[in-house]
Amino acid sequence: MTTPPAETDIARAFKDAGFWALVAFGLFLPLIGFRTVQDIHNEVTLETRWPLLFGFVAIIAAGRLLHNLVIAPWRERRGQRLAVPTAAGVQRRRSLFAGAFAPCAIGFVLAYPAIAIWLAGAGGAAKWLDNFGIQILIYVMLGFGLNIVVGLAGLLDLGYVAFYAVGAYSYALLAQNFGLSFFMLLPLAGILAAFWGLMLGFPVLRLRGDYLAIVTLAFGEIIRLVLINWVPVTNGYAGITSVPRPTFFGIPFNASDEGFAAVFGLEFSPIYRLVFLYYIILGLALLTSFVTVRLRRLPVGRAWEALREDEIACRSLGINTTNTKLTAFAIGAGFGGFAGAFFAARQGFISPESFTFMESATVLAIVVLGGMGSQVGVAIAAVAMIGGTEALRELDVLKQVFGSDFDPTQYRMLLFGLAMVLIMVVRPRGLISTRQASVHLLERKTISGTLVREGHG
Amino acid sequence: MNGLLQVEHLTMRFGGLLAVNDLSFTANRGDITALIGPNGAGKTTVFNCITGFYKPSEGRIALAHGAPQVWDDLEVLTRRDARSLVRPDGTLFLLERMPDYLVAQRAKVARTFQNIRLFSGMSVLENLLVAQHNPLMVASGYTALGIFGIGNYGRAERAAIAEARRWLDLTGLTDRADDPAGDLPYGAQRRLEIARAMCTDPVLLCLDEPAAGLNPRESADLSDLILRIRTDHKVSVLLIEHDMSVVMNISDHVVVLDYGVKIADGPPGAVRDDPKVIAAYLGVEDKEVGKVEAEVGL
Repeated sequence: MTTPPAETDIARAFKDAGFWALVAFGLFLPLIGFRTVQDIHNEVTLETRWPLLFGFVAIIAAGRLLHNLVIAPWRERRGQRLAVPTAAGVQRRRSLFAGAFAPCAIGFVLAYPAIAIWLAGAGGAAKWLDNFGIQILIYVMLGFGLNIVVGLAGLLDLGYVAFYAVGAYSYALLAQNFGLSFFMLLPLAGILAAFWGLMLGFPVLRLRGDYLAIVTLAFGEIIRLVLINWVPVTNGYAGITSVPRPTFFGIPFNASDEGFAAVFGLEFSPIYRLVFLYYIILGLALLTSFVTVRLRRLPVGRAWEALREDEIACRSLGINTTNTKLTAFAIGAGFGGFAGAFFAARQGFISPESFTFMESATVLAIVVLGGMGSQVGVAIAAVAMIGGTEALRELDVLKQVFGSDFDPTQYRMLLFGLAMVLIMVVRPRGLISTRQASVHLLERKTISGTLVREGHG
Repeated sequence: MNGLLQVEHLTMRFGGLLAVNDLSFTANRGDITALIGPNGAGKTTVFNCITGFYKPSEGRIALAHGAPQVWDDLEVLTRRDARSLVRPDGTLFLLERMPDYLVAQRAKVARTFQNIRLFSGMSVLENLLVAQHNPLMVASGYTALGIFGIGNYGRAERAAIAEARRWLDLTGLTDRADDPAGDLPYGAQRRLEIARAMCTDPVLLCLDEPAAGLNPRESADLSDLILRIRTDHKVSVLLIEHDMSVVMNISDHVVVLDYGVKIADGPPGAVRDDPKVIAAYLGVEDKEVGKVEAEVGL
């Protein structure tokens, strides 16, 4: 007589799935079920989308059923298996994986343009290099920069996009008005952004937590509003057009006789410029990562982390917390400035529209999802968040399921939120929640994220 | 005089509350000076004033490095608008004029906290390296050289690790060196906080209730550690403690506070028998209340 309990399990699973289907129906009815459209008389009419709505409800019911019948029993069995004391072996295998991950990932991103061109051809690779490669790497770099301020020093900065904007406008204006080259202006943009990092740092030194967050948020908005309203310099909403593109040691990437393709005897293709840009931003991101790793081993980096853990204890040990906070703001802002200068050079056009709070929030989400202070985590989170939204554009197959007017990118924010809630439920301290000590005496150990404080001032 | 720290007429008010009232005492070089008193007597407030975390409402807190003759210039320094006075044979500091981090960095006063304040997410060794921040910062060329690997930062860091190792051995924490500080048991955290304070290379170590929450065996070990810090490392100690077995065994000089006022000052034996101290700790019989209050000046 073993069948009856199994039957009740199945019955319970169906009941549970039905309940969640009902919840989903209630939730999605106003969100998806109804839609307002303007008809030819310019009148707003209500349109219903029952097939789409029931499609969603069915997906949720099926997913819940799958969870109840397959995943939950599997996790239970796995939990029992893991309880058997083989922890040491598991630990070693995982740390070997963790040790090999970063070199493999760097090898992959170095070879990525070649792989993309080989798989998609010179014409098709442009999208893969630009939308996926360069776009993701910009956010990886921004994530690394903000990681110094939020992850290491524990200062919650909601206005990071301001430094990105300062870097972008510095490059655009100086390149246009003084004709300086990209590689000369790159450090200059970084220095100017770092200077603005100090400008932000001074007034917020005494603030903590929520108050610090609000002032940094306001700072980001102030910079954006200045860019909008200081029309003689920034050209306001219209933005700055035809920002000079970076050149390959003075050789431009165009179809002219002096262009890159002509000089090297190649057939002209826009792909060369993209490969070049890809390697610039890859170099910048690797530089940021390398500098951060080195800084963590220097006294200033340890002081940042100590500041995140306990500011009063820092002061009792003779650490000047004012300077320590300011260097964190300045160095984090400097990397944001580098990324901004690159962004302006890559787009060729910038306007205040590119520097809204949404950008700050995205970068902060990348840092938080990645696990504060973790470089690998930030990189993975950037790939997932930015690559994920870009990947939605590629899901044209869904049109065959949901109808031709279905646009997956419209669901970006919905999926974004869902993914964030999911990760925060499963891994509340981010994807990589352990901290690696910067120095060791006897053996290298990881520190559990539950002991690491979050700081915020 | 062989004074190291001289507190004069220290008064601290928080709004209408008078936490410390006209307190004067001297802590001598090489001594263990204990500051005791019932709960709420203002001991930690005195500590916070000495270490720069509070700005005293009134009073002077002077600390001398080097030869005792530097005390001759105390009035000169007080009249000047300066934090310190450097002489060839030593330096005189006015701690009430210095921000907290400079008290630790320049005047070399280290402290621990009543409620332990370790960097719990950092390893034990990292805690001890953060304490050596200032010399390491100089060795790394204020980061500008260290980031490029120029200069002798590597050697300085190895020396700092060796210094940390010495304190780990002394406090019996060597095999926990790579564990997070927050994972240590309570007694070990107390010892680590003392080791961290000692890694700042202080002349005066201020311990705020180091024996709180320790069992008798751990308290005895702690007493040994404090005596060794005084004898082997030539560091003077200022101690707040409620555990009288620790205070009476190791201190050379005891200052007793009650309601922010000094009620006794002297060697432990004398203080133990002082009727005012007994009254403050144990109270007095009903018929004697009026007499004692008149004596204490209430």
